[in-house]
Order: sequence, then structure tokens, then C-alpha cells
Amino acid sequence: MTERPTLAGGATLAITGSGGSGAVTAGLILLAAVGRAGYFGLLGRSAGPQIRGGESAAMLRFGPQPIECMGDRFDLLVGLDWENVARFADELPLDRNSLILTDAQAGPIPEILVRSGAQVRSLPWKALADAETEGRVNMVALGMVGAMLGLPLDALEAGVRATLGGKGGRILTPSLDCVRSGYAAAAAAPVPSTTLHPAVARWNISGNEAAGLGAVRGGVRFVAAYPITPASEVLEWLAPRLELLGGSLLQAEDELASINMIIGSSFGGVPSLTATSGPGLSLMVEGLGLAVASETPVVVVNVQRGGPSTGIPTKSEQSDLNIALYGLHGDAPHLVLAALGIRDCIDTVEWAVGLAEHLQTVAIVLSDQMLGQSRAIIDPPGDQAFGACTRPHMRRLIAGAADSDHRRYRPAPDGVSPMALPGVPGGMYTAEGLEHGAGGTPSSRAIDHAEQLGKRLHKLTGFDYGPSWAEIRGEGDHLLLTWGSSAGPVFEAAERLRDSGTPTRVIALRLLEPLQREALLEAIGSAGSILVVEQNQTAQCFAYLHSQQALPAHARSYARAGPLPLRPAEIMGALIECHEREET
Amino acid sequence: MDAASITPTLRAKDYKSEVAPVWCPGCGHFAVLSAVTKALAHLKLAKERVAMISGIGCSSRLPAYVDAFGFHGIHGRALPLASGLKAARPDLTVIVTGGDGDGFSIGGNHFLHACRRNMDLTYIVMDNEVYGMTKGQASPTTQPDWAKSKLTPHGTGMRPFLPTAIALAAGASFIARGFAGDPNGLTKLLVEAIEHPGFAFLQVLSPCQTFRPEQKEWKHLVHPVDMAPTADSVEAARSIQADDGMALGLFYARRLPVWQPQNQATATPADLEREFAL
Repeated sequence: MTERPTLAGGATLAITGSGGSGAVTAGLILLAAVGRAGYFGLLGRSAGPQIRGGESAAMLRFGPQPIECMGDRFDLLVGLDWENVARFADELPLDRNSLILTDAQAGPIPEILVRSGAQVRSLPWKALADAETEGRVNMVALGMVGAMLGLPLDALEAGVRATLGGKGGRILTPSLDCVRSGYAAAAAAPVPSTTLHPAVARWNISGNEAAGLGAVRGGVRFVAAYPITPASEVLEWLAPRLELLGGSLLQAEDELASINMIIGSSFGGVPSLTATSGPGLSLMVEGLGLAVASETPVVVVNVQRGGPSTGIPTKSEQSDLNIALYGLHGDAPHLVLAALGIRDCIDTVEWAVGLAEHLQTVAIVLSDQMLGQSRAIIDPPGDQAFGACTRPHMRRLIAGAADSDHRRYRPAPDGVSPMALPGVPGGMYTAEGLEHGAGGTPSSRAIDHAEQLGKRLHKLTGFDYGPSWAEIRGEGDHLLLTWGSSAGPVFEAAERLRDSGTPTRVIALRLLEPLQREALLEAIGSAGSILVVEQNQTAQCFAYLHSQQALPAHARSYARAGPLPLRPAEIMGALIECHEREET
Repeated sequence: MDAASITPTLRAKDYKSEVAPVWCPGCGHFAVLSAVTKALAHLKLAKERVAMISGIGCSSRLPAYVDAFGFHGIHGRALPLASGLKAARPDLTVIVTGGDGDGFSIGGNHFLHACRRNMDLTYIVMDNEVYGMTKGQASPTTQPDWAKSKLTPHGTGMRPFLPTAIALAAGASFIARGFAGDPNGLTKLLVEAIEHPGFAFLQVLSPCQTFRPEQKEWKHLVHPVDMAPTADSVEAARSIQADDGMALGLFYARRLPVWQPQNQATATPADLEREFAL
């Protein structure tokens, strides 16, 4: 190893093992401990398709700055055992500077890992675990790795308590003993332990929990949904908490029911949301058209996974952009947003709820498995998404009683007509999915169609979305343009390019529809090299931006399908190649 | 004092909207519309506290003809639309209307689960054993040998869907059948259905003069249910299995737990945020 990884210098490690070995538990504890020591961290998980058992891996990265992606390689691989771990080999890039920590008693290391050239150190985990009552190898290993990274023992113990405290003393006590034993055994070559003292108490949160929190911060009080990987944790987080907030979650019989249920509840006046993943979104698109036509606000959080069809449910991809943009039949203007990171899931979903409510329309928020099922130590969000950079997003309602000439769909100057909720005297109307006149009565007249189409489009295109349509970082002639979860590795690639003397800017799109074309073109300016980065096979965003005439002709695409995560180094390489092509 | 009790008494015609129905002359649905407005008047429901929800089809146009809140949705999805509304707004009287295709074919799964969920909804299915709006195709309740559809020129060859039997098996707590040609009986059943706490299923035989003119004969074929309404599902199953599809009245009514939302807030989002703090 050239340099020993530490918390202060940044460290990336993976913990692997077969189902039941506690690899993910050890990862959760380590993340919680690192957060308590004042560092940032990111925990990604990988699992095969098994329901229980099988193989699993926790992938962690730590450092003194917010962590937005996993990086290019792993410093440490903590191998609790080797059963089926070869299946993860391409997700665990190791090199000659990597170190594999294992116990020789765990058996031979798979050849594919040995070929990486990584150094191997055998540690007596099993013997130490056997010396404890109810000893567990994963806890001994955790203690040892914590010491090697320079993690204070008290932070590690606090992480164990926070993660296992709910399981009672029979689990907690021996776990603490094993962690201490491992920590002491590593003390022969300790890294001085360091604790930072951040100004604010940080959070430990997953992307799916963050999406749920954003929903309730935005005012969502009714959710109907059908379970699907990897979106289910959004629902599992919300179900009990909505009840505490006076709302409810209804498990629907299918996604067709889910979307129509939330249209019904929103018609009743309650901000409503559903969460799903690719196949579920496909089933919902007819309902989304109904929400657009009837001008009923709803939000769908789509936690993307590998597609098409049932694809790879447990792994990530960004290949649902096309269906989110174009899936609805007819001319059906709606909002499409994409969260740029775990912390951003809070703000983007909260903003989406506000926009949907204010504009009486559909908002699809694209998250993905990488964001949804990863956890991070983050700085807490502000009081309101993006500091309320846009106008307040209350639903425009008719309070008290409606005037006698009230017409639900009468075009207003900004296209947003006041809505009478059931119970408002004189406000009666029939919400309508058929084309209709201003009063809501079905109409096949060209004049009504033109008027209502125009109203529904212009209320979205004419709205001032403020500066939150994108996150723009850095200066320079080189430009990386991206969207959604690709932003993490793209930000890091740009930072490294800057450090190595190649000034690089990033534009990460959060609001994809309506595309803020003028603002985007202005932000692109006269950039010399432009590379659009995304994680799908067919460059869906690149094609969309071109179709909107929002890209200069010399812009290039770097699009690669999942499920392997985008790495900063490959993005750096692609940008340099793009630049060299421009030069020649 | 709630809104309902201060509403001056309205007559049935006061619940009719100004929108003219698209139905063919002689359609049974006119009688259903009339029975709905009579039932609302009888129950003295404030118009703004009533929501009429539907999917797609001739019968699903009904909400526009009632002066209440309404939602004309998409094919087959009226029940989830109504369930979401009722979950969010338990204070409203929510009535769902639709046809045999909407309810039993494209929306069949929702029908099963609405019966199980037992939310306080009234579901009126106007059954004419044909798809009228798409101009005469077989529906789930069409007899297997009806060969007048271009899509099924040899008939469907399938046994018809049995709405009352399936509702009972799926767990509905109120199952009745009315007839458009018996407006008084239909109004009475509707009042009972709306008053029933839980999911009330009312199948209405509503003839289609355009595509099934032979249904004019229904007025000679209908007859009262031959036993008193029961809360015993075994008794009800016996009665429903012996039924010729033309028996009118209440088969089954039972008090079962009604799905109710939680409405008492005991926390704020800021309270929930504490769980994430290190």
C-alpha cells in the first residue's frame, strides 16, 4: 500500500460475506460510528436476487467532506467469508494498492480477487470471536477495521448501540465485547484516533427515507402504493409516520389502483404521492394522463432500477427518463424532476410536491436504486426546499363558497384555475379526463381542446422555477452536463480535473421538464468541450436535450448502461477524450 | 351543526345538473339517474357533500348529470379513485357508478379488492350485458351464445361473470339487485345502500335498447328475491346460487369492520426528523 487509508484522508472499503454473516450490519454500524466521529460517509449495498441469504456487500466511503459517490476503487476489502463473493467482483474494483483483510480460516480467496494484485493480510477474527461468549466474526472485524481507520472506540461503541440497541442485551452486549476485542487486537499498529466537531448535528439517512421525508415536509398526507424493489423502503418509512401526522398509507391492489387512489385523495384536497419503480410507472401512465387532464396534483417518486421489463430489480440504472418524459399519451404536459443525491432527495421531493400542488399537475421525481438504497451522513436540509427560492406553492383553492359563475377549468392568466374542494357550497363540478370546456362538461369541439391544451401547457412553461432547475458548480471551458444520481461521480470527476489543471464546470439538471432551455443555454455558454453523462444505454437525456435544441452541435455523449456505478475516473477519461476529439 | 342539517330540503330535480345526457332514447340509465337524485333527496344530503365517481362507458357519464361533486375518470378505475377520495375525506358520501365492462372486466381486480377493503362506498353497476359506448361488444355478463358482436361472431363461449356471487365471495358487506324498470324499488335499495356502513354493491339491470333490444323482456322476467335479506354468508350464498339473475332486492347485508383512516396528528415532520440525527 502506498498510503494507509484513514478517515481524515478518506477511505473506501467493502465488507462482503454470505447471507447471515453480518456484512451489511457491520457496514451500517461503521457508517453510524464514522458519523458520530464527525466525518461524512456513504454506504451502498449490493445484493443478489435472493430473498434471504445469498451474498451481500456493504460498500463504504468516508472522509472529512460530504461524500457523493463511491469512487473508482476500494482501499480495503473486508472479507468475512468468500461464499458467492465472486459475483460482486466487478462491483469491487481492487488494485495493487488495495488491501484484503480476512481470516485465513475463512478459506481461500476467490481467484478473481487475487488477480487484482491486492495485498492480503490474515487476521485472527475467528479465534478472537470464539474467545467471546456468543462471539461474532463481523463484530471483531469491525472493531479491528475501526481502529485501523483511526476511529475512536467510543464512536464505534455508539454506532453499535444505535444500530443494534433495539435488539436487546443478548445481541448488544456480546457485540460490544467483540468490537472491543477486535479494536484492542489492532492496537499494535494504531492510527491516532481523531474526532471532528461539526457545527451542526449531522443526519444518517437513506435516499428512500429522504424521499419520504421530503414528501411529508412538502405536505403529503396520503399515499397509496404497491410494493416494488427498490422503492418499497419509501413506503415502509412513510406508513407508520403518516399516521403520526394524521394521514394514511393504503396498500393498493396494484399500481393502477395506486395512481387512481391518489388522484381521488388529491381531488379531495389532500396532497398525495405514490412511489414505485420502472414496471410500476409503466402501469401508472394512463392514470397520470388523467391527473394532467383533470388538473389534479399528484407526485410519483420513481426509484429506477435496471430495465427493461423486470430487468435487474436490485441494481441501479437511469433508463426511465424516456417513459417519464414521453410515456403519457396525447399532449400531456407535466413535471419531471431528478434528485441529484441522497440529501437532494429531501429537497427535490419537497419541491416536487409544492410545484405539483401549485400548478395542479403531475410531478414525476426520478430517484434510483443507487440513491434510494444507499445511506449517507449528511448536513441537515434547510427549513424549506432550496430556501423557498420559488414562489409559495399553496394549492389555489376556493374557500368559503363559490360564486355562481364559478367554472373549474376557466383559463386564468397564468393557467392555474382555482379549485373548489368537495364540501365547498356552490363549488360542485365534475373533474374530467375527457376533453372539456371551462365548466368541466365533456367537449369534442376544437376551440375547447385548443383552449384547455394551451392552459395546461402554459401554466407549466410560464412558471418561474427559480435557480433550482439545476446545480451548477465550478468554472472552466470544459463542461460536464448530467442529471439525477450521475451528478455524484460527475462532481467528483470535475473536482479532480480541476485539481489536475483542467478547469471543468458541471451542470446537473434537477428539473428536466419543462426544460429550462434558455437558462441552460446561457449556462452552457461557449464551453469548448461538452460531455453529457448518464447511466443508460441509449443516451436518453442527450437525445432529449438535442430534441429541445438545448445543446450545441459539438456536444458529446457519455452514456453507459447500469448496473455498475459510474466511476469518476471513467468520466474524466471520457471528457479528456472528448476534448482531444475537439482539438483534432 | 353540520352542513347537512342546515341544508333546506331539496327535491330530486334539484340534484340534477344542467348537462344533457348522451344516452340513447329509452336507455335504462335514465331511470338510474332519477333514482339517484330521489335517493339523495330522501336522505337530505347537501349537494356539496356528495361525490359521484365513475370510470368510462355510458353509465360512467352519470356523475356529470348530478349536481354534486364528481370525477369522471378512466376505464375500470372508478373504485380506486373513489377509495382514495373516501380515505382522504371520510366526511363525504361517495357513490361510484359504472357499467358491467368497466366494473367486471377492466376493473375486475379493483372490484374484488373494494369488496374486501369494505370502505364506506356505494357501488352502482348498471348492467346491460353489453358494451354500448364502443357500439355493441360482449361484456363479462353477456351470455356465451350472444353472437351479434363483430368481435365474437360465434359468441364468447365463456360462462358469464356472476356479480352477486363474486361480491359475496370477495367479502362485500351489502349485496343487492335493482331494475331500471322498477324505479321505486331501485330508489329504496339505493337509500339502503348509501346508508349501509361499508362497501355496498348494487347491481342494476339497466336495459340497452340500442344493442340489446331483447332486454325489453326483462320487465316480464324480474321477480323479488325469494328470501328475506340475511347477514349469514352461507344463507346468502345459497340464495345467490339459486338465483336466475333476475331476482330483485337485497340478498345480503352485514356489519363488518369498515376501513377507516387515521386522522389524529400526534407529530409534525420536524418531530420525525429527529430520528435521523446522529
